[in-house]
Amino acid sequence: MGLLTLIIWTVFVNNVILSQFLGICPFMGVSKKLDSAIGMSAAVLFVIVLATVITYLLQFGVLVPLKLEYLQTIMFILVIAALVQFVEMVIRKVSPALFEALGIFLPLITTNCAVLGTAIMATQKDFNLLQAVVFAVGISLGFALVLLLFAAIRERLDLETSTPRYMKGMPIALVTASILSLAFLGFSGMVKM
Amino acid sequence: MADSSLFKEFAKGTVKENPLLISLLGMCPALAVTTSLTNAVGMGAAVIFVLTMSNIVVALLRKIIPDAVRIPAFIVIIASFVTIVDLSMAAWVPSLSKSLGLFIPLIVVNCIILARAEAFAYKNGVARSIMDGVGMGLGYTLGLVSVAFFRELLGNGTLFGIGVLGEAFKANSVLVMILPPGAFLTLGLIVGFMNRIRRV
Repeated sequence: MGLLTLIIWTVFVNNVILSQFLGICPFMGVSKKLDSAIGMSAAVLFVIVLATVITYLLQFGVLVPLKLEYLQTIMFILVIAALVQFVEMVIRKVSPALFEALGIFLPLITTNCAVLGTAIMATQKDFNLLQAVVFAVGISLGFALVLLLFAAIRERLDLETSTPRYMKGMPIALVTASILSLAFLGFSGMVKM
Repeated sequence: MADSSLFKEFAKGTVKENPLLISLLGMCPALAVTTSLTNAVGMGAAVIFVLTMSNIVVALLRKIIPDAVRIPAFIVIIASFVTIVDLSMAAWVPSLSKSLGLFIPLIVVNCIILARAEAFAYKNGVARSIMDGVGMGLGYTLGLVSVAFFRELLGNGTLFGIGVLGEAFKANSVLVMILPPGAFLTLGLIVGFMNRIRRV
């Protein structure tokens, strides 16, 4: 399939947050401020693409030839945890300014199911390495798009005074996400996979 | 006395500290697999198994695991049990394994399990950790089932695949409840309802 189709499919049609429900925790947790949403999106883009490349090579270079596919879950999560640690150390050494901005988001990413989810999906869909990379980029862009949209909505939502007390915070955020998800349903059928 | 405190560890997870509806942990599978009650119960069973077993192993090894590497150690323990569940489900209940799909291996990154290992099992004995694991797992299942109940009933007119609202409703069901927006809406309203009765 074409690479552009793949990008449109992952960003709009089958959005990682709104239709695949991956990465809901950071989506709800860091979408209160636009600044932190930008930081999180950048960190996720970085880690997802790197993790997908490494796990793809691991899967088809080591696990499949050795017939060890059943170790996939354990290997992938270890690779991702190690990778996040490593990225954190590198960024701290190379660019303290970037570390200031991304630092607190990096440890959170290990338990972001979008990373492991993307890595597993990329090995299940008969992608070649280039398609896997584009797929990972598309997933991260979709994540960033929805996170930024939602952060902007939530900044307004906090100022809203007519929300009932018991719906404030998480419940109203979930209902808002539902409406956003409804809007994204309009993209379905735009491209065929 | 000891028995009542064991029961307390069990009971707290089901209602008062319900991991899904009160603490809002593990939302990804709660939104993704709650299109039917069968899926919700299957997912709940998998989480109960992984949570209880990893709590037991973490509690047994808590004096051996060094503090500095405890998180990677927890992750390896959890991932081993998730692999066991994944392979067992694929072997014995292939249809369920297929409909839960990606979300079985993703139990590894479900925050509830790591949170209970870190906050409870690493500091408590085996018996209390078992009670905590089963209680929290049941509480999570209860949360999944309550979301799936409304989604399957309104979206499909069925419960556990058995028609309860009649053919006329089924032909004209609220399809959006089965689709992704229905997941966010149902969970949001249930959490709001829980806040309301707890008078937050």
